Amino acid sequence: MSGANRIAGQGRLTPAKTARFTFDGKTYQALEGDTVASALLANGVHLVGRSFKYHRPRGILSAGPEEPNALIDVSRDVARRQPNVRAPVQEVFDGMKVESQNRWPSLSFDIGGVNNLLSPFFAAGFYYKTFMWPKAAWEKVYEPFIRKAAGLGVAPTEEDPDHYANRYDHCDVLVAGAGVAGLAAALAAAEAGARVILVDEQPEVGGALHYDMSVTIDGQSGYEWAQATAAKLKAMENVTVLTRTTAFGYYNHNFVGLVERVTDHLAKPDKKLPRERLWQVRAKRVILATGSIERHMVFANNDRPGIMLASAARTYLNHFGVAVGRKVGVYTASDSAYEAAFDLKRAGVTIAAIVDNREKPGDAVLTEARRLGIEVLTGHSVVDTKGKLRVSSISVARNGGGSARAIPVDALLMSAGWTPSVHLFSQSRGKVAYDAASGRFLPGTYAQDCLSVGSCNGTDGLQATIEESLAAGELMARATGNEGGAKVELRGENAFEWTGGMAGAGEGAGVDTTVKAFVDFQNDVCAKDIRLAVREGMHSIEHIKRFTTNGMATDQGKLSNIHGLAIASEVLNREIPKIGLTTFRAPYTPVTFGALISHSRGELFDPARKTPMHAWEEAHGAVFEDVGNWKRAWYYPRSGETMHDAVNRECRTVRNAAGLFDASTLGKIEVVGPDAAEFLNLMYTNAWDTLKPGRCRYGIMLREDGFVYDDGVVGRLAEDRFHVTTTTGGAPRVMNHMEDYLQTEFPHLKVWLTSTTEQWAVIAVQGPKAREILAPLVEGIDMANEAFPHMSVREGKICGVPTRLFRMSFTGEAGFEVNVPADYGQAVWEAIWARAEPLGACAYGTETMHVLRAEKGYIIVGQDTDGTVTPHDASLSWAVSKKKTDFVGIRGLKRPDLVKEGRKQLVGLLTKDPNVVLEEGAQIVADPNQPKPMTMLGHVTSSYWSENCGRSIAMALVAGGQARLGQTLYVPMPDRTIAVEVSDMVFVDKEGGRLNG
Amino acid sequence: MLLIYCPYCEEERSELEFRHGGDAHIARPTNMADITDEEFQDFFFLRDNPKGLIFERWRHIHGCGRFFNAARDTVSDKFVMSYKAGEPKPDLSGATPATEKPLTEKVGETHEATEGTAK
Repeated sequence: MSGANRIAGQGRLTPAKTARFTFDGKTYQALEGDTVASALLANGVHLVGRSFKYHRPRGILSAGPEEPNALIDVSRDVARRQPNVRAPVQEVFDGMKVESQNRWPSLSFDIGGVNNLLSPFFAAGFYYKTFMWPKAAWEKVYEPFIRKAAGLGVAPTEEDPDHYANRYDHCDVLVAGAGVAGLAAALAAAEAGARVILVDEQPEVGGALHYDMSVTIDGQSGYEWAQATAAKLKAMENVTVLTRTTAFGYYNHNFVGLVERVTDHLAKPDKKLPRERLWQVRAKRVILATGSIERHMVFANNDRPGIMLASAARTYLNHFGVAVGRKVGVYTASDSAYEAAFDLKRAGVTIAAIVDNREKPGDAVLTEARRLGIEVLTGHSVVDTKGKLRVSSISVARNGGGSARAIPVDALLMSAGWTPSVHLFSQSRGKVAYDAASGRFLPGTYAQDCLSVGSCNGTDGLQATIEESLAAGELMARATGNEGGAKVELRGENAFEWTGGMAGAGEGAGVDTTVKAFVDFQNDVCAKDIRLAVREGMHSIEHIKRFTTNGMATDQGKLSNIHGLAIASEVLNREIPKIGLTTFRAPYTPVTFGALISHSRGELFDPARKTPMHAWEEAHGAVFEDVGNWKRAWYYPRSGETMHDAVNRECRTVRNAAGLFDASTLGKIEVVGPDAAEFLNLMYTNAWDTLKPGRCRYGIMLREDGFVYDDGVVGRLAEDRFHVTTTTGGAPRVMNHMEDYLQTEFPHLKVWLTSTTEQWAVIAVQGPKAREILAPLVEGIDMANEAFPHMSVREGKICGVPTRLFRMSFTGEAGFEVNVPADYGQAVWEAIWARAEPLGACAYGTETMHVLRAEKGYIIVGQDTDGTVTPHDASLSWAVSKKKTDFVGIRGLKRPDLVKEGRKQLVGLLTKDPNVVLEEGAQIVADPNQPKPMTMLGHVTSSYWSENCGRSIAMALVAGGQARLGQTLYVPMPDRTIAVEVSDMVFVDKEGGRLNG
Repeated sequence: MLLIYCPYCEEERSELEFRHGGDAHIARPTNMADITDEEFQDFFFLRDNPKGLIFERWRHIHGCGRFFNAARDTVSDKFVMSYKAGEPKPDLSGATPATEKPLTEKVGETHEATEGTAK
């Protein structure tokens, strides 16, 4: 027997199919199909957790995802462990390990329970007041304390070994929820020919039919009808039925997120299966059939283990065959709880009493209760409970006062009525409306193409629900162009129509009481806390929510919202709709990070881009740095060399002999067409019509506001063909910028743009021996200095493959950039290397490239400029055409602030002590002794040790910098102040003679 | 995630394929160098940020690559229409914003409706 409380002949599980699991180290037997909650209850375990703030003993409250108490830690092995799982939704599998949470040293004896005695000190909002002073205690005392106390379960420490899948789907009609309403709607839509997706979070369809045994549909028992209907739908080609799948988020344009739990219920899952699958569904129409959630009653000590929702007890009995107690009390304000008593009574459980706080319950349930011999106390309330780790008795009193009578029980079922699940509707940005007659918030104004049916729409009555759902299914199918199929008709019957329901605190927990009558179990919010919030001035429900944390736990107030509102309404003396409802946010229930990120982890998180020469660089010991998504060779340390040593050697070698540099990451755009020169005239500040084929020019691109956007060398290959280069990081946005202007502002120009960044491998050969290295490898190009001067481009062959050979330099040395088709990149690099190495050249990386260009004062857009720098600020006025009547940025450059005196300008900085290297980003001041806050003149943009200069060099943006040449300024650092002299930006070869060598 | 109709591809595609491009129908002056500070300010800096219908540029950057214009309701995020770049701004003054069309007769009670707008 799998648990002493399993009742033979009850429930739908097979007694022969067992599974074993442990809870806090003790082994229990369960049946296949059990949830952790049903299996624990079957074994008589009610105490499953401790509450968050007061560490009060807590039991299983519900049989669904609204569970606030029974949060457990579930593991298969060390790495496969998940905290904060709701016990009523986690299916048991053989070998599963379950631990309770938020207790130490043990669940039955928890030191933290002292918080319950200290509760006067933990009133609502205490953390807004308690931790305010002394300020110094925050870091050392309060924060560590709060961090230790915060959170529920413990996060796993190992990497998640499971994998997760991601799928997109489209359908005519998505139906969320597969109870009576969802099944009927899906059936009608499917029969009409619509492509339907039906989802339900439970392992099997049926919803409330899991527990409501009185329902028959077309003569079949409700549950059997549900399974038969699901089987019929699954067999239809136009239908997908997904169980164990939660529709957790309803986003714009009928985009709905689903998460399917694929393996969490399996003892030995196939390794090929994902643990969970995220479905991103775009539905033409959505039908919400999400049902309702039963509310608890709010009274003193309503949180003891053994106290649970009436419908939950019905589920445990009728589906799982488990009696939640042997002597059960019922406390209700709704007819629905009577049926729980009837079911249990018929199964042989003693019903101690039904305590109904109404004077007049529904006639039908009252008659049936009398017929079954159950004592019903109308106009009475449960005003207190007893029992340390499980409820042992209830105190019942006549409403309005009078002496209390103690009734021994081992479980108490409660119902304050039903809250329609309007979560998804609200997420769709629909506006809910308060229905005063039934005291419910219901779907009001729709914002998207969806409909709510059944009890989430406030529809009471089985046949009314069926008819509404069938009509909605057919309507949505027709609306999406489906005309086929016969009209579906279904006839449903059930035993009782339900009346009643209440919201807010019950007897004995009203205004002026200080009892612990819990509204929000998970965050330990009592009725008195909400009243305190109002007294302290919180009048908006949004303020009350945050002050008390009501509804802010992981269950998102599925049980507590309406009670909280009603209590606030009473104290504020305003009607519920005048207080407003807090917003429902996605996700409906917690979603794992694994499901959301799917395959985007590890190497697939952000794909790395590698150049054609990457393998050679790796083999030659390069250290790489990330530049955007690119992996770029940073420096090539030889054995025993530090980064500093390697960079110094590379810098010396390039200026004394030569160096090879992989420049393939530079953005490249082919600009072609009869109007190509005119187009570039508009895109760059320079004049391009004057550039002759075979020549190159350094170009600056501005935004319309006049600030530098990108730069690069552009070569003209023919009258109608330009080879444009951009910065490495700027390639995509420059392409977008050009396309934007070409398509929308200058569509009359005949120009075509093609991104060729990855088509060309680029090998920079720089240094006095560059020509000597390359010349023997090149065919069809006159390599003589006069025939192929600085800033020109030739087409020919190198090592037998086509090349665009640029004579250009980013080092200040004579140099070339060899462009070859990417597939030949590594072969050509190796051929050049074979010549270069014997001549004393080296391969150099981006760090040396940075130092060499800084020695020449060449700027890097994005490092020396920051989106507020004009070409004039960067000493690049020579590159701005004074003759052109238009280019992007021409007007922006004339704005008053951009022509003002005293703008920050790019200058060189030389530290007085040549051995001190400034920190990039350091601030610059004129007087280091001025009072704080100091007037800052600018900041250091680039700073390096220059081996070639034998000292440090730096570039900086300094207010009025050009007028300060020769001045001494100061860079205050935490430990010292560094004196610097403002200089020009060229530190090596000021005349530029080496370029033409 | 929005669903956007590309007038060049002639189909609805996911927002993932598109990039927003700011307000539409702001013509770049042909005499750019000569406009006044005020004219430049209107052209470059000032935008309406309407509650309701907005005309804006989109680029189908991970699709056909074309820029086009669309009219969208900034409250409901519903697209009223999209059309090719260069086509004139459509007159949608008669169109009812999508949010004003309830599917049922019930009227919503919102925080704004009961408490008034935030001050």
